[in-house]
Amino acid sequence: MAQEIIIEENYRMPAPVHVGDEKGSLTRVIQQLVFTVDHKKLGLMYIAAGLLFFVIAGLLAGLIRMQLAFPNNHFLPPDVYNQSFTMHGTTMIFLVGMPMAFGFANYLVPLMIGARDMAFPRLNAFGFWVFFFSGLLLYFSYVGAPGLYAAGSAPDVGWFAYSPLTTKAFSRGHSTDYWTLSLLLGGIGSVATALNILVTVFCMRCPGMTLGRLPIFVWCMVVLSFLVILALPCLSACQIMISLDRYLGAKFFDTQAGGDAVLWQHFFWIFGHPEVYILIMPAFAITSEVIPVFSRKPIFGYPVMVAAVVAIAFISLGVWAHHMFCVGMVSLANAFFVTSTLLVSIPTGIKIFNWLATMYGGKLRFELPLIFCIAFLFQFLIAGLTGVMLAVAPFDWQLSDSYFVVAHFHYILIGGLLFTIFAGIYYWYPKAFGKLPNHKLGLWHFWLFAIGFHITFLPQHFLGFLGMPRRIYTYQSDRGWDEMNLLSTIGVAIQSAGILFFVYNLIYSYFWGKKSGDDPWDAWTLEWATTSPPPEYNFAKLPLVKSRRPLWDAKHPEDPDWKHE
Amino acid sequence: MHLPAERNESLTKKNFPPTHFAYLKESVLSPRLSISGFATTARLLFTACIVILSTLVPALAEQPEPSPKPDIYRLTDIFQPQSRPAELIMEPTYLVLLICFGIFAVVVAVLVYVLIKFRPRGPQDHLEEPPQVYGSYNIEMAWTVIPCLIVFVLVLVSSRSIVEIQDQPMPEDAIKIRLIGHQWWWEVQYPDLGITTANEIHVPVSSKNGPPRPTHLFLESADVIHSFWVPQLAGKTDLVPNRLNHTWVEPYKTGVFVGNCAEYCGTQHANMLLRVIVQTPEDFEKWAVNQKQLPTEPQDALAIQGKKDFYALSCVNCHKIDASPAEGVFGPDLTKFAVRQTLGAGVALNTPENLHDWLLSPDSLKPGCYMPDMKLSPQQLSSLVAYLQTLK
Repeated sequence: MAQEIIIEENYRMPAPVHVGDEKGSLTRVIQQLVFTVDHKKLGLMYIAAGLLFFVIAGLLAGLIRMQLAFPNNHFLPPDVYNQSFTMHGTTMIFLVGMPMAFGFANYLVPLMIGARDMAFPRLNAFGFWVFFFSGLLLYFSYVGAPGLYAAGSAPDVGWFAYSPLTTKAFSRGHSTDYWTLSLLLGGIGSVATALNILVTVFCMRCPGMTLGRLPIFVWCMVVLSFLVILALPCLSACQIMISLDRYLGAKFFDTQAGGDAVLWQHFFWIFGHPEVYILIMPAFAITSEVIPVFSRKPIFGYPVMVAAVVAIAFISLGVWAHHMFCVGMVSLANAFFVTSTLLVSIPTGIKIFNWLATMYGGKLRFELPLIFCIAFLFQFLIAGLTGVMLAVAPFDWQLSDSYFVVAHFHYILIGGLLFTIFAGIYYWYPKAFGKLPNHKLGLWHFWLFAIGFHITFLPQHFLGFLGMPRRIYTYQSDRGWDEMNLLSTIGVAIQSAGILFFVYNLIYSYFWGKKSGDDPWDAWTLEWATTSPPPEYNFAKLPLVKSRRPLWDAKHPEDPDWKHE
Repeated sequence: MHLPAERNESLTKKNFPPTHFAYLKESVLSPRLSISGFATTARLLFTACIVILSTLVPALAEQPEPSPKPDIYRLTDIFQPQSRPAELIMEPTYLVLLICFGIFAVVVAVLVYVLIKFRPRGPQDHLEEPPQVYGSYNIEMAWTVIPCLIVFVLVLVSSRSIVEIQDQPMPEDAIKIRLIGHQWWWEVQYPDLGITTANEIHVPVSSKNGPPRPTHLFLESADVIHSFWVPQLAGKTDLVPNRLNHTWVEPYKTGVFVGNCAEYCGTQHANMLLRVIVQTPEDFEKWAVNQKQLPTEPQDALAIQGKKDFYALSCVNCHKIDASPAEGVFGPDLTKFAVRQTLGAGVALNTPENLHDWLLSPDSLKPGCYMPDMKLSPQQLSSLVAYLQTLK
């Protein structure tokens, strides 16, 4: 009992005042953004850049849905449509999903483990800028890339760019090169940041913060970083192989010269499936922080939750060929990948049950973060179950590359990832800006976005059942697909309205929001022990941690957690 | 076969396919399939769920009643299988749907219960923290073991089904087809019969009681990856360049089944449609005999002029007509062009008007397709249309 943590005296420190830091000078602000190596600023920049690309990719999705709203529609020509879905997918995966994850990790991991910055602050800044310029490079193709159709041709090979569609014979010009090079560049940034997160977590934890006491958020980010380091190099390797094919006659994938088209698929999905779990990790991370705090209970079964995340990561490295049930693998291979894929559902199920058990017996507070996380639970459940259906290879022979798959992964990536990103932004908004997000605007955002989301993507399951393939730019009116496609497009409009409320809420709350105080949610992890927003060095004095919920111990000296763990 | 003349095959009441949900009545009530009680429960449960969900999509529920004998199945519903492999797929499908709906119902029920039971009760409720529970070994063990058992069952069922469908032995007398994917059309060869056609596959109907009459397809690609998918007949199998893939169909019903290319293959992926025409053995025989005969010689002056134009223009560089100097292989074989139902891999019906538009400007019907606009004069256009109509 000797070393009680006393928040008031130990943790706070006045923000350092810079000489020449004139408030409101635009040059100064830009300078700070460009030269900063502060993990909190970089984290926010990651999230802001992610939101920017999210809006762009969302507009592309709007174009796609407008084209598909009616049969035989002539809103977009086929090549523009194909570019749109390629750019939409690539952007959402590489320029929205991963940067968002890194943004949250950057901002929160040092704060949560009681560190003063990331292990390599400059590498951190490098990672951000490499990612940001890779995004600009990708979008520059709209202006600069000579392609099959015109001077400004964005890539049109799909986000998984199956060979031999990417060989010189079928992809003339340079649009595919923009895709290849920008992902190669982005991959370097991602690996750098992932490495940084790992070193930070393993070397910079404050006294008493053993691995067994890490918040589950941090555990998820560790697992995410391992997956990035293991998976991203496969992607980089195949980008290099494509470039060799295209410019040095390597012929890895050039089937007309004896190359192997399926080789690309193996390479790509060895990266691509762990990538899906990389993208869902922030969802696990944020939900595991939000649900306990707003249920007023510790996470149910901490060791099992951590083990489940690690197990998911391990298994995810051995399931890649479930994307390839139709390429004609032997039946034994198909059965193997059915098995490994179904195995993922066990730890995933455990996570859902444990989140429910955390809420069970608690006192729920329906604040914005919890509302979004509850929607996440519901939607992630659907996504998980449609995933189980897709894992059954015979059923997959019908569903693969149909709109059912589109619905499935949008339930994961929007219903799962994006909803928790919103939850996370609302949860840590007071931490970053010292202001509470507006509850009413947040509710408008939630309901519009949730309803729009279901209207958009629920019918797509049935479109898949009715045999509508993915990536078709038009369809004839007699296939029974008309109404559901129109419905789906209407849903996008409703979602967009929700996003407007979200963006407005961010701006409104920044200027006119209620002051939040340092710990508005009465939370338990270390980031709430310092001021909101935190000073540049986070903690004046490094805290001493004795349990998984250091602030619970501080707030309840009569019954601290470390007595029970 | 009666086909409406409009380009988009607009729907008439007469040939409207069965509605999405009509099969549910049929499959639950008819003793046609010998299914276990378990599967019946699965179907009933699934029916209930679909009916509930269909209220969300009122437009679907209002589709017209099915005609007694539809001959074109454009509603490619995977839950209305009309062929053996597609029906075999349904076995693990209903099981996994049952399990998933069960899990969904249980978890959502728990979620709703938790949200209601532990909702906030007034502002003073938060003054005190609830009991702190850290976990429970027994409970967590329970919800680890039960999913393991479910996964075990699913693995066994799907593995059996994979082997049953994928490793189906080919009978000696099966019809064999070599299906070659091109950007953006299908080349169909019957090596044993010496027939080459495009964009439609003719197969004989099989029967459930009599001797099976399967058709085995060997899939290849001339350029990029395509995927064979006729939802009511079989699941997808890719057509991969440098690789020989195999699939099979064994339809029980005559009629025309529509399919799409299911792997993104470039600009016109959307308009790479495929028709499987299931015929009685006699009709199939008749069709095969006709395919092997040379096309009739054109009789009227316009068509004779068209034939001259055909050979004088560069059509012959890409298209083939048997026993003639036209030996191109880049485009579809035109020997029996007039027998086929569609143009441009299903982009339009094969009518003289559509053919005229197609020859005038292929790119406006199918933007990005590789058939060039030959800048034909109006006279050449009408003569070519007249000639091509004689190729039957």
